Amino acid sequence: MTTAVDRIAIKAKERPGDRIFSTATVVAGSLILAVLAAVALFLFVQSIPAFVAPADAFKGDFTNFWSYVAPLAFGTVWSAFLALLMAVPVAIAVALFISHYAPRKLAQGLGYLIDLLAAVPSVVFGLWGIGVLAPLVQPFYASLVDWFGWFPLFAGPVSGTGRTILTVAIVLAVMVLPIITAICREIFLQTPVLYEEASLALGATRWEMITMAVLPFGRAGIISAAMLGLGRALGETMAVAMVLSPNPQVIFQLLTSQNSNTIAANIALNFPEAHGVGVNILLATGLVLFVITLIVNMIARVIINRRKAFSGAN
Amino acid sequence: MSTMTVSAPVTNSLTAGKLPKNSPLIVLAASWVVAAAFFAVIFLAGATETFNWAGALFFGTVLHCVALFLFSYFVEGVRRAKDRLVTALVTIAFVVALIPLISLVGTTVVNGLPAFLTPSFFTESQRNVVGAGGGALHAIVGTLFVTGLATLISVPIGLLTAIYLTEYGRGRLARGITFFVDVMTGIPSIVAGLFAYALFSLLFDDPGIRFGFGGSVALSVLMIPVVVRSSEEMLKLVPNELREAAYALGVPKWLTIVKVVLPTSLAGIVTGVMISISRVIGETAPLLIIAGFTASMNYDLFSERMMTLPVFVYNQYASQGADSQAYIDRAWAGALTLIVIVMLLNLVARLVARTFSPKLGR
Repeated sequence: MTTAVDRIAIKAKERPGDRIFSTATVVAGSLILAVLAAVALFLFVQSIPAFVAPADAFKGDFTNFWSYVAPLAFGTVWSAFLALLMAVPVAIAVALFISHYAPRKLAQGLGYLIDLLAAVPSVVFGLWGIGVLAPLVQPFYASLVDWFGWFPLFAGPVSGTGRTILTVAIVLAVMVLPIITAICREIFLQTPVLYEEASLALGATRWEMITMAVLPFGRAGIISAAMLGLGRALGETMAVAMVLSPNPQVIFQLLTSQNSNTIAANIALNFPEAHGVGVNILLATGLVLFVITLIVNMIARVIINRRKAFSGAN
Repeated sequence: MSTMTVSAPVTNSLTAGKLPKNSPLIVLAASWVVAAAFFAVIFLAGATETFNWAGALFFGTVLHCVALFLFSYFVEGVRRAKDRLVTALVTIAFVVALIPLISLVGTTVVNGLPAFLTPSFFTESQRNVVGAGGGALHAIVGTLFVTGLATLISVPIGLLTAIYLTEYGRGRLARGITFFVDVMTGIPSIVAGLFAYALFSLLFDDPGIRFGFGGSVALSVLMIPVVVRSSEEMLKLVPNELREAAYALGVPKWLTIVKVVLPTSLAGIVTGVMISISRVIGETAPLLIIAGFTASMNYDLFSERMMTLPVFVYNQYASQGADSQAYIDRAWAGALTLIVIVMLLNLVARLVARTFSPKLGR
């Protein structure tokens, strides 16, 4: 009885302004969910003609949509995987440098410097990839093929321009590095200071402290950071479209001038000239890319959120 | 090393059995000298045509890691040696990560400056230009229009959502929004462009649709989650005491938010918005798909193709004319313009954050 009275007594008066304002915020929030649903819906509706398209609607000799998209999906995953292989170790090291090795006063400024890398537009990375990186690495590729050509991935003939999937992977690695670094840095800084001080007080060197306190604490965070980087690398368009010399097949070799294209780059290269059902086919490949990145991102976010709930940081 | 221990008159128990403090630097310099000498001998012997700077630096650095590990291993033991090796590797990783940034900015400035400094670059479009000459005014105007409208769409939606999440949101809707906002930050930019195309080509029943407003919608899809995330972080920083003080004075909740919470976090929100603008202003793929490309001026967002700076860079590079150098020069100049805009936005955003942020006494 008394509780009911209390509840009535402390209830604030609902003013019209309050109601309008709170409704506006709810509408805005729901709009975001609606947009995400609309992206999936409109892409799907526009993709339906592609799934039933006849064989002659596809560029090259493909029989149906799935045989067309499979090499592209392979190229997307393959280039992103190679990029992560290079980016993740470097990103962890850079994050450790900023969080635990650099002088305290410099650390924040150095963090900004790495963040600037994330702000460079992808089309500029594309120009840099063709203009600077590809000519720079081509002689290196040539000697790799000469010496290690027996290894299947490095089989020749070597590309004369350096515009191979390995160059693309290097550019992608540079592009995802700041994202992975930023998240790893945050995670490493959250390590409870007591753990760190305890291990140092027991006589551990700095590296032993990191392997015993920082890395175990941040393992889940590192995994999800890598997956977010993967999501970015999967969807990157312009750098790939400009640097890669593509071929519509599944190709593992890293150094030849025949490379599997990625979904995003294939869309960017063909969309301006596409017409009729060709547009629907490209939209359908976009839907495939959307689903792949959505799954990768959702897994990454679930890992981060679970980690947040059990963290002892606060 | 032996001279060190001999010349030290008094052995200090705290520093005994340790390498001197600046030994990593000395070892690094020595390694570089050795590697440079090695490559100089090769060069003088005629095996290579030029002195191999990259090789000298690379092998010098590798030698540094090995030498430092060995010295430390024999003087300090294996645990300290590992620690020193990792310190060296981590520092090298940081320097390696900076090389692309320096190289990229350097080449863009060197290659872009000649065309960038031509006065016509900022006063003319590419209409009827074949070969050298002309400018990027149409692209700059297009970028400002498209990004400006995208900001006008994204900021209210993003800010209201952030307010919902911090001030009102409880339960499943709020959790769902938080989760999917995070997921949305990972949408590939080209998918946003395809979405805008799919939407408007259905709405207007025009399979060849290209216009600037579509570009704004596509950029908004990419921008809204960034605005939500950064504004939410900033609103969370506002101390609860301020809100409680306002309620105690009888101020309605919505006025508390508008007059107390928002002004307190304004600097942070402005910073977040500017950084989100700098993220989308360089997006190429969605604009290539829905805004298209053209050589002429277009001030109307709602009809006809509209050129933007990133697409200008791509287009100049991708469809070079007979005088290809002129096109490549313009592409680099466009890239330089983009980088200058992005860096300025970032710099001003940091300044705003530093100058106007509330002093919380923490």
